Amino acid sequence: MNLFEQVSFLFSSYNIPAAFWVNIQLTFWAAIGALLVGTVLGLMRVSPVPSLQWLGTAYVTVFRNTPLTVLMLLAVLGVWSQLKITFAQDFATNFFIYACVVLAIYHAAFVCEAVRSGINTVPLGQAEAARAIGLPFLPAARLVLLPQAFRGAIAPLGNVLIALIKNTTVAAAASVAVETSSVMRGMIEANSNMVILIFMIFALGYVILVVPVGVVTTSLSRKLAVTR
Amino acid sequence: MSQAVLFDTPGPRARRNILVANVIGGVVAAGIVGLVLWKLGQEGQLAAGRWTSLFTGSAWMNFFLPGLQNTIVAALYSVVLAVVFGLVFGLGRLAPLAPVRWLAGMVVEFFRAVPVLIMMVALYIGLGAFGVVSPRDVPLVSVVVALTLYNGSIIAELVRSGVFGLPKGQREAAAAIGMTHGKSLRLVELPQALIAMLPSLVSQFVVILKDSALGYIITFNEFLQLSRQFGGGNGNMLQALIVCAVVFILINWLLTRAAALVARRLSRRTSGRTQPRLVNAGAAGAAGTPAT
Repeated sequence: MNLFEQVSFLFSSYNIPAAFWVNIQLTFWAAIGALLVGTVLGLMRVSPVPSLQWLGTAYVTVFRNTPLTVLMLLAVLGVWSQLKITFAQDFATNFFIYACVVLAIYHAAFVCEAVRSGINTVPLGQAEAARAIGLPFLPAARLVLLPQAFRGAIAPLGNVLIALIKNTTVAAAASVAVETSSVMRGMIEANSNMVILIFMIFALGYVILVVPVGVVTTSLSRKLAVTR
Repeated sequence: MSQAVLFDTPGPRARRNILVANVIGGVVAAGIVGLVLWKLGQEGQLAAGRWTSLFTGSAWMNFFLPGLQNTIVAALYSVVLAVVFGLVFGLGRLAPLAPVRWLAGMVVEFFRAVPVLIMMVALYIGLGAFGVVSPRDVPLVSVVVALTLYNGSIIAELVRSGVFGLPKGQREAAAAIGMTHGKSLRLVELPQALIAMLPSLVSQFVVILKDSALGYIITFNEFLQLSRQFGGGNGNMLQALIVCAVVFILINWLLTRAAALVARRLSRRTSGRTQPRLVNAGAAGAAGTPAT
């Protein structure tokens, strides 16, 4: 078989786009969860309440330093099979939700750090001005700080998103069977003579997914940067 | 911006509000912990036997310590090789010859964009099928090569941004005393750039250590794998995995502290920036300096 025939053989016998679609869906739900949790954590860490600061710091320390694979296994072998917490009757859906939750929990710690680095780009005078016109902490954060902080945090948030896209492959450890790394594994096991070609197909798939995210977030972060 | 400017020094009313918020926060945290403990107790996970077996000599001698040893060996190999890879391709991206720059740039961008697990799985099955290395070593080699390619390209970026991050005057001064591009790079810029990137290198070690746990998926006998085996054999999976997580957290936390310490100590020895980057999101890292 020549290269063209090999590629068309692989694409006709395996549903490669479907595998990538699973990773994209994982990315989508986990990104929403991580953004929400991470923003709340970021606010907690800069809030005036010591117990909240402490909670935020503890969360980031714990989840930033745990390997994602360990978290996935803890969720599936610990929380699901030992504590019997289920999200759905259907196995596939259940593990998919588990993977999304774990990805969101893990990346929330990095979103929190990105939001904090965004807050760091806001000059002191902005917060002082907000205080001077009598805004308490939460309105000052909502009306003055966060809008500027998010614009300053686009580049680091883009990096978290790129990390998240690639980390969705770790869902394989949480028994999500139809995502890219598992599908690729099956394909190489069945066609070990085409190992390099199969790897290149999946690798290029990720390059196509990841590179535009980097380009878009970099240009957005330049375009939206607050001129100071 | 320091967080103290986000709010006024609290007065009596604010202090009362903060106290109330503190109490509420504490109650919520205690409630979550209580709920978890209740659920654990309900499923019989708090039974003493499930925890005491974790702290026996045989558990550590036969499972946890050998696993940790394999993890650390893989991480050390990867770190050394990644630094070599990073230096070669980082310097390649700074080369005066344009084709060399493009080639190095393409290699670095490629390996940065491909998930580590995809590389690991392809290597694991590929090396196994072709019999390039002895079957016993296949998992270790796959883990080390995948971690080297990914982290090496991150380090290449560190080298490049380290050189670019130096004040312009350094290169100009070297040129002014008649140094060629190569000489200026070798004698003036690189030594400072390498010192400046040390803290980031230490925090990259955290990423390598975390990502080595991916070896679990390709049957490498690392810490997570053996923790799981221990938990499976003793009927305390949850507890064994918690031990695994706690050990990882401790080691990585110490490394993060070390990176900050190194950054402070070295900031006087170089004109580059020594701040460690935001620690990486692991199995994935990213493009740009504050690599997730």
